[in-house]
Amino acid sequence: MIWVDTLVQGILLGGLYALFAAGLSLVFGIMRLVNLAHGDLIVFAAYLVLLGVSLLGISPWVVALVAAPVMFALGWLLQSLVLNRVLGKDILPPLLVTFGLSVVIQNGLLEAFSADSRRIPAGTLDGASLNLGIATVGVMPLLTFASAIAVIVALNAIFYRTALGRAFRATSDDAVTAGLMGIEPKRIFAVATGLAMVVVTIAALYLGMRANFDPSIGPARLIYAFEAVIIGGLGSLWGTLAGGIIIGVAQTVGAAINPEWQILAGHVAFLLVLLVRPRGLFPRAVD
Amino acid sequence: MLLETRALDAGYGQFRALFSVDFAVAEGECIAVIGANGAGKSTLMRSVAGVIRNAPEMVLHRGAPIGALSAAEVMKRGIAMVPEGRRLFPSLSVEENLLIGGQVRKAAGPWSLESIYGLFPILRERRHSPGTALSGGQQQMVAIGRALMSNPGLLLCDEISLGLAPVVIRDIYAALPRIRAGGTAMVVVEQDIGQALSVADRVYCLMEGRVTLTGRAADVTRDAIHAAYFGEAA
Repeated sequence: MIWVDTLVQGILLGGLYALFAAGLSLVFGIMRLVNLAHGDLIVFAAYLVLLGVSLLGISPWVVALVAAPVMFALGWLLQSLVLNRVLGKDILPPLLVTFGLSVVIQNGLLEAFSADSRRIPAGTLDGASLNLGIATVGVMPLLTFASAIAVIVALNAIFYRTALGRAFRATSDDAVTAGLMGIEPKRIFAVATGLAMVVVTIAALYLGMRANFDPSIGPARLIYAFEAVIIGGLGSLWGTLAGGIIIGVAQTVGAAINPEWQILAGHVAFLLVLLVRPRGLFPRAVD
Repeated sequence: MLLETRALDAGYGQFRALFSVDFAVAEGECIAVIGANGAGKSTLMRSVAGVIRNAPEMVLHRGAPIGALSAAEVMKRGIAMVPEGRRLFPSLSVEENLLIGGQVRKAAGPWSLESIYGLFPILRERRHSPGTALSGGQQQMVAIGRALMSNPGLLLCDEISLGLAPVVIRDIYAALPRIRAGGTAMVVVEQDIGQALSVADRVYCLMEGRVTLTGRAADVTRDAIHAAYFGEAA
């Protein structure tokens, strides 16, 4: 029974990693941009929610509803004013710029909030659990997982059922020809990054309510997100969820064997998948 | 004049492909642009469409300078392009490829999904297939339909017969008079001189980035074209 419990906890943890990864996957899928500041942006959004909760004294869920459009606007501005200028055939400039951004965000947060670890108060949900018979699961991990699925369903609906999604896919295929259709690729990129920042806000909400965070934890979140995206296959959102689950399960199984192996087991699982399926589990047909 | 280029110089980085090209299209007119490989035909189309950006006054649309506008801005003014090599979006189905052509510029006019399926009935049958799963000729039909979806005032067709079987080329060219009948002016860039002259009112011949011949399609002689095309005395 303990193994069933471990497996269920791992799957639910995978939901959090999928949330970390969905925004990264979205941005990479559309503009082939690897945002090295993605993890730090999640931490930034967590502080934004925390700030709202502290200042206004209202529920973090309500604050996140307000923070999401703010983050959309920040993402839109970041892409329009900074990242669009460095996107091109050479992949190095965007990597350097987002790496620099990562350093700036970490130090900015350190200056503003100190190195103390914080947590977003989750109220009664904190520690609440459900007995499913085969395993007892926390309400918060369950909500995280459900949110990850909802985010992926919503992103897929946007991608495949809306005119905006059509423009996303067309721009991703061929930005020059998309221009001939009247689509401004740079504007599409700005909307995509804005959307990714909305997902980042949701990820940040759960990150901050489930565990302590401080300004330095962004890069590790980026690595989990990156591994989930690569395992799933670049550009596939359901693949990203599968990737998150594989890392989550590997971590909880590793931790069950020896608590010191938790993080290592996730990375080992990533390397094993990479060895067997270098393009990930569900690679896009066209890359 | 619907479209004009005045002393258009264009190229790619250090390389100059066009030298002082004067070119004009009147409302509803069909122009053939012919010339050998590397003559500058595609560069001319790409400059008009905004893919290559130039000095503003080098390209005029109804008298307004558009030479420095982006491809998207040019398209919104009603200049649509069927690019060389068709360039369908592989992630989009046939119908989505058509829809995206009219997504940004929604001008009133004869062209809609229905009328394009009427023009090329095979596309209705294949509408859910990925655009790139079609034959070359069918892909060309999608590319033409996609450009028409915005109901453009001017349609630029860059090498629409390239790589296609003669029977397929005949089918595609058979559709061009119906497109003209809708009031759309056209520029047809071709290496197949016979096809181009069969639909055009006027012809421009380019050689090494310069206009070497211009005139009414009905009036130009074989010898004059030969001389303009190859730069030899007829």
